[in-house]
Amino acid sequence: MPLQNSTMGDYQTKQTLETFGFLPPMSQDEIYTQIAYILAQGWTPAIEHVHPSQAMDDYWTMWKLPFFGAQELGDVVAELEACHRAYPDHHVKLTGYDNYTQSQGSAFVVFQGRA
Amino acid sequence: MSAKKYDAGVKEYRDMYWTPDYVPLDTDLLACFKVTGQPGVPREEVAAAVAAESSTGTWSTVWSELLTDLEYYKGRAYRIEDVPGDNESFYAFVAYPIDLFEEGSVVNVLTSLVGNVFGFKALRHLRLEDIRFPIAYIKTCGGPPAGIQLERDRLNKYGRPLLGATIKPKLGLSAKNYGRAVYECLRGGLDMTKDDENVNSQPFMRWRDRFEFVGEAIQKAQAETGERKGHYLNVTAATPEEMYKRAEFAKEVGSPIMMHDFITGGFTANTGLANWCRENGMLLHIHRAMHAVIDRHPKHGIHFRVLAKCLRLSGGDHLHTGTVVGKLEGDRASTLGFVDQLRESFVPEDRSRGVFFDQDWGSMPGVFAVASGGIHVWHMPALVTIFGDDSMLQFGGGTQGHPWGNAAGAAANRVALEASVKARNEGREIEKEARDILGEAARHSPELAIAMETWKEIKFEFETVDKLDVK
Repeated sequence: MPLQNSTMGDYQTKQTLETFGFLPPMSQDEIYTQIAYILAQGWTPAIEHVHPSQAMDDYWTMWKLPFFGAQELGDVVAELEACHRAYPDHHVKLTGYDNYTQSQGSAFVVFQGRA
Repeated sequence: MSAKKYDAGVKEYRDMYWTPDYVPLDTDLLACFKVTGQPGVPREEVAAAVAAESSTGTWSTVWSELLTDLEYYKGRAYRIEDVPGDNESFYAFVAYPIDLFEEGSVVNVLTSLVGNVFGFKALRHLRLEDIRFPIAYIKTCGGPPAGIQLERDRLNKYGRPLLGATIKPKLGLSAKNYGRAVYECLRGGLDMTKDDENVNSQPFMRWRDRFEFVGEAIQKAQAETGERKGHYLNVTAATPEEMYKRAEFAKEVGSPIMMHDFITGGFTANTGLANWCRENGMLLHIHRAMHAVIDRHPKHGIHFRVLAKCLRLSGGDHLHTGTVVGKLEGDRASTLGFVDQLRESFVPEDRSRGVFFDQDWGSMPGVFAVASGGIHVWHMPALVTIFGDDSMLQFGGGTQGHPWGNAAGAAANRVALEASVKARNEGREIEKEARDILGEAARHSPELAIAMETWKEIKFEFETVDKLDVK
């Protein structure tokens, strides 16, 4: 009789980047929808980037300042793409700053850098 | 004030403690009791007796009362209400002046409010339904060592509930095997794992050995996944001295968090440990063993919303609240009522949620609501909807019972969680569309597909014993 294990999957540990790290890469439309969610909550979008070797640091480098008062989805997308062009090897993360809780309402990596 | 004369003897409580015209002060501590008196005793007399026996009263007048101003110190029964759908019980509202209580001591508050009065013969049953703590009192309490916002920042978890599992089997594993189970859960995608409440320091696994192996499991999982991890090391112990010794070592092995059982351990131990955690940069997870003994009977004891409020004041960063959907008791509206008390800075009166008073929490940090007990991937959309982001979804068998083991089970939990959060953000009705959302996610995750197959038939559908009083 074959071992029970023959039908069992082997789970390989993954390097992941916190929220949405276990989902397949998002399509452009899916990313837009998440940005729209951040804007709809009244949070301030902000962009950070870092070399993958430093991904566990608390502070990544800010791309410009947070986009206070941003309303247009397209503006945020354009900044994300500009950051990615300037730092193609870096992780690029979108954050939604919530000034009521003084925390980040959401944060997820949009472009993954090459390690 | 004119001098009174000493008049020895037994008086009716209502002469002094039933004050229907009283308007409570902002600084008063208010309580709502559900009272079931002995047959034939008038409601006003019973309510007054509760106010008296939980504050300044004694059964017989004593001469030394005249050396103070009891009008200033006494508790007052100021309102009586019918309990909807219940002819034998009523609600009694009592106001206590703030100077009856030591600052920063929920121990002292509870010793008064739920002390001798609960054994009082004129009562058949008595239940403390709610307390309104005045903001002036709240400002004297330490509260959560870190709070929701600081915990998110320390652990780098944003925009979603946190994910955990209680290590099983709860008793009998050796320290090294136990650490293995922790490591497998963490490498698979959980944020944190938890000691079961009855894991303290038994002969099969002494606490120091467990802490060492678990410490290595945390560090290794962090290094391999690139995410921050933790394990609630249970420091609940027989004595405070032993508890602090374990707390020191939990910090030393590098866990960001430890845990305590606040009812069996007691509020004194809990408040002390919360202060220690605040001073040492540690998070504190709170378990609630023994709560159902106190809070489940609809007519006697203390409602859990009161224990939850007391815990927020005593200190804890996570508190178990039940799941609504899992294996343990918990009515949805009532659960949401006390979840608000843990997390919000102001909670308005809302009888449909069992909230009897407006409660202003001021700047007191919030506590993560922990949903734990009999939950699995199929529950995920409902849990995200019910508990929102500021929660810890705590699995057990729902992670470690996966046919491929803990790591695959953890990955299934994480994929299901992130798919639910993503869909919610997209504006989908995730409870209704649960099957579609999980099904789509499972196409990219064989671990989730297997988990969904394993637990597709498991439900826990029993009527709640303690229902809200509604018309």
